[in-house]
Amino acid sequence: MGQYIVRRLLWMVLVLFLISVVTFLLMRSVPGGPFAREKRLPEATVALLNKKYNLDAPLWQQYTSYIGDIVIPTVTYGKIKPNAAENYLLNVPLPAMFGDEAVLRWANFGPTFKSRSRSVNDIFRENLPISFQLGLAALIIALAIGMPLGILSALKRNTIYDYLGMGTALMGVSFPVIITAPILQYFFGVQLKILPVSGWGDIQSMIMPALALGFVNAAIIARLTRASLLQILGEDYIRTARAKGLPERVVIIIHALKNSLIPVVTVVGPLFAALVTGTFVVETIFGIPGMGRFFVTSITGRDYPVIMGTILLYAFFLIVTNLLVDITYAWLDPRIRYD
Amino acid sequence: MATMEQTSNTPVIQISEKKKGESLWGESWKRLRRNRAAVIGGIIILLNIIAAIFAPVLAPQKFDRTNLPDNNATPAWVTQIFPNMKPKDQGGYVTISEKYPIGADNLGRDMLSRIIYGTQVSLLVAFIGPLVSIIVGLTVGMIAGYFGGATDNVLMRLVDLMYAFPTLLLIILMMTFFRTSFASPEPGTISYTLGQLDKETGGMILIFIGIGLTSWMQMARLVRGQVLSIRETEYVQAARALGATTPKIMISHILPNILGPLIVAETLTIPTYISYEAFLSFIGLGVNPPTPSWGSMISEGSKNISSYPNQAIFPAIALFLIMFAFNFLGDGLRDALDPRMRGRD
Repeated sequence: MGQYIVRRLLWMVLVLFLISVVTFLLMRSVPGGPFAREKRLPEATVALLNKKYNLDAPLWQQYTSYIGDIVIPTVTYGKIKPNAAENYLLNVPLPAMFGDEAVLRWANFGPTFKSRSRSVNDIFRENLPISFQLGLAALIIALAIGMPLGILSALKRNTIYDYLGMGTALMGVSFPVIITAPILQYFFGVQLKILPVSGWGDIQSMIMPALALGFVNAAIIARLTRASLLQILGEDYIRTARAKGLPERVVIIIHALKNSLIPVVTVVGPLFAALVTGTFVVETIFGIPGMGRFFVTSITGRDYPVIMGTILLYAFFLIVTNLLVDITYAWLDPRIRYD
Repeated sequence: MATMEQTSNTPVIQISEKKKGESLWGESWKRLRRNRAAVIGGIIILLNIIAAIFAPVLAPQKFDRTNLPDNNATPAWVTQIFPNMKPKDQGGYVTISEKYPIGADNLGRDMLSRIIYGTQVSLLVAFIGPLVSIIVGLTVGMIAGYFGGATDNVLMRLVDLMYAFPTLLLIILMMTFFRTSFASPEPGTISYTLGQLDKETGGMILIFIGIGLTSWMQMARLVRGQVLSIRETEYVQAARALGATTPKIMISHILPNILGPLIVAETLTIPTYISYEAFLSFIGLGVNPPTPSWGSMISEGSKNISSYPNQAIFPAIALFLIMFAFNFLGDGLRDALDPRMRGRD
C-alpha cells in the first residue's frame, strides 16, 4: 500500500507537470494578450507592462520562472511587507537559529494582470473558501438525498417506490444547474420571498445555490446506488449471510451497503473536486464571489497566471481526490489489493 | 450467434413457442414501445425536430427582429402566472402587449420565436456532438485495443491525461482559441474557411468541434475494452487466417459487433452535450448573437429574474423538456437494446 501511494504521488507530479506545460502552450497560442483593450494602449506602455510581468522573455524562460516561483521555496528575513509580486501561499516562521525573523515561504502563483494589488494567492485565500463551503454543502445535500433514494429503490425493487424513486432521479438528471437555478430563484426568492434572491454571507443565501447544485448530483448518485446495490444483493456472499441466519438489517447494512458504495465513491471523488473549486453558472446566477468566475474571466481576459493557477488547482484537487478514492476502495472491498 | 446463446441460456423453449422469427430489432422496438416514458420522450424529440425544421414557418417573427419600444412587453396571461409582474394599469411596471405570445425580451425580440429557433442549436448539438466524439473515440479506441502493446499504453496514458484536465476549462480554453484564431482575415487558408463556415452557422461548427474533442475519452475506453475481447474471438482469427487485411478486419468484422453498446452509451450522453452547449452559450462562448440559444436566453433572463421571470423560466422549461426527453428515451433504448442491463438476474 505504501509503495502504491508513493507511485501514485509520483504519477501525480508528472501529470501536474504535463498539464502545466499543455495549458501554458495552449493559452499562449491563443491570439491576443492580457493588455489588448478595446481602446488601444500606447506601444510603450504595453512594452513596459510586458517587461514588468516578464512577458518579453523567451517562452521557455517564462515557463521555468513561473514554475520555479511555485516549486522552489525561499527564505526571507525581517518583516514581510504585503506585495502582490511576492505573495506566497505558505509562510512558515523558522526557529531563531536560522536567523532573525526567518520565514520559509513557498508556492508563489504569481500576480494577476487585472489588478495591481492582488495576486493569484489572494484569489485562492479569499474566493476559494467561499466555493469550498458552497461545494461541500451541495455535496452533502447530494449524498443525503441521493443515497437513501437509491437504497430504497433497490430494496423495494420493481415496486411503486422504485418506480417513483427512479422516475424522480431520471427527472433530476434532466435538471442541470442552469435550469434549476432560475426556477428556484424565482420560486423561493421572488415569489415566496423566504430566501434572498442572490448574494452571499449567511446561511439563508447558501440554501438555494447548494440545492441547485446538489439536486442534479443527488439524482446521479441515487441511480448509481440503486444499480450497484442491486448487483451486490445478487452476490453469493449475501446469500451466505442470509443462509447463516443473519437478520436482514445486518445483511443489508454490514454486508451489502458497504460494498455497494464503490461506484458511488468513484463519482463522488471528481464531483467533490468540481464542486469545491467553484461552479461558474451557480455563482453567476446567485452573485456569489467564489472561484467560479475566474475560470471564465481569466481565459477570456488572457490573465495567464490566473488561468494556470485555477487549472493547476483544479487538477490538483481532482488527482488528490482520485487517489483518496482508490485508497477508500481497499477499505471498502478487502478483495482489492494494490501491490 | 443464436445457437451459442441458446446453449448457454435457458429460455430456449420460450423463444421457440412464443416468438416465431421475431428479429432482434423487432423485439427491441416492441420493448421500447411498451416503455411509456421513453415514448413520451420520443414524441417530445419529434416535436422538437419538427419545430427546428419548420422554424421559419412556425415562428411568428424573425428571431433577430428587434423592436425597442416593445422591450420586455408581456401578454396578460403571463402576468397572471407570475403574480409579481404587475401590469402598468394596476400600478406596476409591465407593459402589456398581446403581440408576443409569451413575451418579448429586453430588446423587444419575440421570445417564442427565439425558443423555436433555439431548437435548431440544441438538436444539432445533440446529434452532431456525439458524432464527433464517436469518430475520435472510435479511432483511438480501435487502434489502442487492436494493436495493444506500446501503442495501447501511449494512447491510454493520453486518455488518462485528458481525464485529469477539467473538461469545462478545456472547452473554454479551446473555444477561446478557436474563436480568436479562426477569425483570421486572409482568405484561402483553412482557418479562414472554417471561420467563415462557423460564421454562416452562427458559431455552431466550433461548438461541435470543441465539445467533441473534449468528450471522446469515455468512448475510447469503451471501444478499447470491446475490441480487446473481440479481437481474440474465433471469427476474427478465421478472418485473419483467410488473409483479410487489418483495416478490413477492423471495419467489417469488429466494428459491427461493438456498435450496439456504443450507440447506447452515446445516447445516454446526449443530454450532457446539450447542457454543455447551454453552458457555453451562458458564458458567452457559444453561438454568436443574435442566433438564439436557450443557454444564452437563460443567461440574459436570469439577470432580471426579479422583474421579468418569464424571460428565464420559459427557455429553462424548453431546455428541461429536451433534456428530459433524451434522458428518458436513452434510458428506454438501453433497456430495450440490452435487457440484461436492467438487472433481471
